Amino acid sequence: MGTELLLFYAFAAVAVGASVLVVARPHPMHSVLMLIVAFAALAALYIQLHAPFAAVIQIIIYAGAIMVLFLFVVMLLNARQEEAPAPGTLLVRGPLRSGALLAAVLVAELAWALDAAQGSDDGLLAGGAGADPASLGSVRELGRVLFTDYMFAFEVTSILIIVAMVGAVVLAKREL
Amino acid sequence: MLPLIVGQFGILFLAFVALLTSAAVMVYAERKVAAAVQQRLGPYRVGPKGALQPVADVLKLLFKETLRPAAADKWIFMLAPIISATAAFAAFAVVPFGAETTFFGLLEEPVRLQVADVNVAVLVVFAITSVSIYGIVLAGWSANSKYSLLGALRSTSQMISYELSYGLSLAAVLLVANDLSLTRIVEAQGGYWFGFVPRWFVFLQPLGFVIYMIAGVAETNRAPFDFPEAEQELVAGYHTEYSSMSFAMFFLAEYINMVTVSAVATNLFLGGWQGPILPESMGWIWFLVKIAALLFFYIWMRWTLPRLRYDQLMALGWKVLLPLAVLNLVVTAAGVVYFGN
Amino acid sequence: MVPLDHYLALSGVLFAIGVAGVFLRRNLIAILLSIEVMLNAANLAFIAFGRTLGTVDGQIIMFFVVTVAAAEAAVGLAIVIALFRHRESLNPDLFTSLKW
Repeated sequence: MGTELLLFYAFAAVAVGASVLVVARPHPMHSVLMLIVAFAALAALYIQLHAPFAAVIQIIIYAGAIMVLFLFVVMLLNARQEEAPAPGTLLVRGPLRSGALLAAVLVAELAWALDAAQGSDDGLLAGGAGADPASLGSVRELGRVLFTDYMFAFEVTSILIIVAMVGAVVLAKREL
Repeated sequence: MLPLIVGQFGILFLAFVALLTSAAVMVYAERKVAAAVQQRLGPYRVGPKGALQPVADVLKLLFKETLRPAAADKWIFMLAPIISATAAFAAFAVVPFGAETTFFGLLEEPVRLQVADVNVAVLVVFAITSVSIYGIVLAGWSANSKYSLLGALRSTSQMISYELSYGLSLAAVLLVANDLSLTRIVEAQGGYWFGFVPRWFVFLQPLGFVIYMIAGVAETNRAPFDFPEAEQELVAGYHTEYSSMSFAMFFLAEYINMVTVSAVATNLFLGGWQGPILPESMGWIWFLVKIAALLFFYIWMRWTLPRLRYDQLMALGWKVLLPLAVLNLVVTAAGVVYFGN
Repeated sequence: MVPLDHYLALSGVLFAIGVAGVFLRRNLIAILLSIEVMLNAANLAFIAFGRTLGTVDGQIIMFFVVTVAAAEAAVGLAIVIALFRHRESLNPDLFTSLKW
């Protein structure tokens, strides 16, 4: 019990710290790297949640493919440090304040929701029933559910990817 | 309990030292084979037949000064070779390199020759390979030199393109084996068809094996796909600005990656440690023989084939390998459904 | 076993960080990265719920989110490249006019 909670706090701290740095670092390259660290911490949390396949997917697709795409664009555009806001730009301080305010409201809302749910007696938040972890982490079970219950969604996803592919080529190509 | 832990650490240490040694042997083998291909003698002055040449090389690199360009991004520049080397070592952790053995009766309990037996081993290898690209990309970007940056840009597009074919050829094997654990995949390849043809998956997946090897060469940035380095075009590509130990780490990572790709190919396609004559407990000898054959193929290819043009590389990846890999996967899936494994 | 509310709290904090990033940053790439942070916060919540309820549905929804994120990154970055060609900048404040 103790070590599990300790591991959770360690990985959670890494994830939160790295995410804060994603937002705080002025150079986009550093943001991308910090996001990869956050993904790695989240992958560790997925392993703790008996979802090793999700963890591996997180590393292969998020860290290995999507973030490489981001890195590629940062290098291609030779993105530099974020410049200071130009004087006279509309709402320079405004977004800063409203962003902080909205984030604070969100946190407060979540805290309230968790607190309210704590009172209900279905025991979900404290741990719940929890099926045997073996079937939860098995790739076989995942595949079975994905290709039976979620078949339609899966097929629609393929259309989404084709649309995204065509869209990306059309947008990024100078002239077709 | 204690002897088991000692055994585990022993395996860990063994794998680490074996990888380091394999890199040194590869440096020597590469130069000797290259010399043979080009009808030269190769290194022959340091030690018997030049066998100590890698030691001399490492010593020379150790004593060199570590240089860093003034405009480089300091932390990322230092981190990049470490990422490369770490990822190279980490990928080997889940690769089994032999059946259970007692090392000629040295140990009381038989130990499994594998650092960590993971259920989703194939995917873990794939994941670490896909992360190892960051070493190259960050090295190229952080050096703030145009050659390095070009090398990094090339390696990103090259690795994204070939990772797809690499993954699809792996998936076809997984369909045949019906498992994700490398140990069980190797065990499924024991025995013979018709009494003499070994049940290796290479005979079920010949196309998959070819695609895997080509994509593997591209993933490890070896000639004829060595665009990120491309001495004649980019000076040395992503590691132009590196010297001393950081340069050695890239070198080490490249050779260990070759060993890992060959080891995974051996496990997935060539029956791992299964082989005739030797008993199962000495299967690691077969494993070494198979890896050595694949590594020789790697070196042979480098010194025989000229480098492709960049557009040819992209055309090969997207217009030839990827469709073939998809076709291979579909045919394999149909075959598995039809013949029911 | 770590209770569910810990994961939900972490997910909420990560989501808030992502929201703050979208509002605070003046770099198109960084804004896309903040959106990825938010998507990951949602993924964590899904998987934690799936674990607590003992089903794999949480993980499956996570796969769909990852797919959507990949599509979003491809199209989003293509738009960023197209915008950069026009203004040689990644500052979203420069792209306020509907026509130029």
